[in-house]
Amino acid sequence: MSGGAKLEVTVAEVVEVNALIKRFRFVSRDGAALPAFSGGSHIVVEMDDHGVRRLNPYSLMSDPADTSGYEISVRRDDAGRGGSVFMHSHVTPGMRLTISHPLNFFALDTRAKKHLMIAGGIGITPFLSQIKQLGHFGGRFELHYATRNRDVAAYATGLKSAHGDRVNLYYDDEGQVVPLAEVLTRQPIGTHLYVCGPKGMLNWVRKTAAAAGWPAQSVHFEEFLAPGTGLVFSAQLARSGKTVTVGTHQSLLEAMEAAGVDAPYLCRGGACGQCETNVIRCDGTLLHRDVWLSPAEQAEGAKIMPCVSRFEGKTLVLDR
Amino acid sequence: MSLDFKPARGDFFKDETFRDDFTFKNSPAAIRRFPFPFDRDEYMYSVNMEPHVSTRPGSVFEHTFDVDEHYVAEMIDRAKVLAEDPLRCQSLPHMTLAGWDLLELIMESNAREYPQWFSLTKNGNQWHWINRPLGIDQKFTFLDESTLPYGPMEYITRQTQGDFSLQDERDGSLWMDAGMITTQADWSLDFDVGMNFMEWHAPVPLAHEKMVFDRALKFLLKLQQGSPVRRFNWTMTVNPLLDTAPETYPKWGPTKTSLTQENLGHKQHLRVELQALFRLPRSNAIAFSIRAYLGKFEELVTVPKWGRRLHRVIRDIHPDIAAYKGFWRNQPAMVEWLAKYDDGAPTSPGVWPDA
Repeated sequence: MSGGAKLEVTVAEVVEVNALIKRFRFVSRDGAALPAFSGGSHIVVEMDDHGVRRLNPYSLMSDPADTSGYEISVRRDDAGRGGSVFMHSHVTPGMRLTISHPLNFFALDTRAKKHLMIAGGIGITPFLSQIKQLGHFGGRFELHYATRNRDVAAYATGLKSAHGDRVNLYYDDEGQVVPLAEVLTRQPIGTHLYVCGPKGMLNWVRKTAAAAGWPAQSVHFEEFLAPGTGLVFSAQLARSGKTVTVGTHQSLLEAMEAAGVDAPYLCRGGACGQCETNVIRCDGTLLHRDVWLSPAEQAEGAKIMPCVSRFEGKTLVLDR
Repeated sequence: MSLDFKPARGDFFKDETFRDDFTFKNSPAAIRRFPFPFDRDEYMYSVNMEPHVSTRPGSVFEHTFDVDEHYVAEMIDRAKVLAEDPLRCQSLPHMTLAGWDLLELIMESNAREYPQWFSLTKNGNQWHWINRPLGIDQKFTFLDESTLPYGPMEYITRQTQGDFSLQDERDGSLWMDAGMITTQADWSLDFDVGMNFMEWHAPVPLAHEKMVFDRALKFLLKLQQGSPVRRFNWTMTVNPLLDTAPETYPKWGPTKTSLTQENLGHKQHLRVELQALFRLPRSNAIAFSIRAYLGKFEELVTVPKWGRRLHRVIRDIHPDIAAYKGFWRNQPAMVEWLAKYDDGAPTSPGVWPDA
């Protein structure tokens, strides 16, 4: 079965954090402990949205040492593909869900002398579990957390009261901006930088750090790509002998799954490489949207990541 | 040397040595469950990775960590190796959490799968571990190093057969930043510690096929919690010596010249490594277990299928592989000895003995 071992959970609690964000707590169905995890991990939540199967990744925000339950926070995106709206409007306490084991593509570098964290909006969630992990083992951290305004600054009050000066808050509508260049210059040697937030923030932080001379190995970022929408296209699956039509709001991976093809996947966000698929024939343009293939591999066109990437043109034949 | 445990062997665990007088041998039952690695009459490298799930009761695949009749003797041998050379066990400072992960994995697995020998009771982080075969009864605080006599990785691997390395994941690679390595096929933790995946595999021949390691690394970086995998490796060892380390090569290397047709069946061992890889939960590190099984040629040929097949595999093996595995010199003598057990009859598919 693709996607690895699964965990069967029940929704124990749904909390409205603010106008945009809801928090969900999952506990195991048989009452056994859930596996511990490392700060920065995410899970993939499987949803049956009225016949449409959705699998969305969400960062775990609860204490990694707490095996009694997992917590995620979901920001509602009314313009998105529907996963977050489904979570907000249909997932209620007592409901049964299937989730993946925790996966981590945004782990702390445990050699670091200090962890410098930059969060934008809902990008705060992986840091919440990382900060709890550091709390157990005494690691130093400094957090800079920017949100649109005070009302949507989820968990900001709790972080501030628990960690004081180590937590710095910024509100866009009050004209506040993370003084990044200054923050970067005053870090001790051996500091690692982590950023999670919107794409614009990621690019800004990575560029500023590079310009300040930070080695790439000391800069960590997590970017989950929503599959994104596009034109309807079809793909022939040579091994399965099937042809699938990929809808505007569907990913190529989802279309394959809907056709009963057991295609491999893990992150479903273009980051992990698990769903990498060989392209046998391409008469048209591959629209690469992943961060896994190198620019050279993307240009070569011999591979595609069906969880996020699309196609426009006449014929696409895949080795699947 | 004094032991810090008091073995209680009972009827099952053998009193035997892997050094000096070399009294190690396999019981008939242990021979039948030997992980014979050749599923056909010839051998070539292959990607022989499969999910590490419980299969075939009684076989080495039944349990997460196989505990067999050699357990107590192997742990005594490990204690002796460590007393002579403490650097066989190393853990860089950032790997302590991974050590706790490994301790938890082994204690939980063994207490669940071998309740007659091991027990683990927990009250929050207050843990109570009992290891009956080694006579150990330890109360400690999980995640508090000061409550154990060794660091967590060293503590639990002094009680677990097989070598272990703990690999940190960062910068798109795996780094061998901790390990307990005392039953190795001629490689050194002290040399490799701190190296990344490509660095520690650099000496493997046929390196022109470097893509093999690129693919293996990509695969391992995707290894998930709850979905461990396993594979086999094998080599040849003269005398039942678990500790064939580069550091002690002057002691054991020359024994390769001691084989005769009279002693070969007793002294020559097929050494099979059952390797398993686990993603660890709290640290996101990967635990790599390398469990060595030794089988004397005279033991293996008691299974007619294996006698025939081992002869054919060794006779026809690629010379580069024989050289890399260190038995090029003795290959003709092995083939001569094994020929007596090959009547030319066909062999059945798969690795298991015919019923």
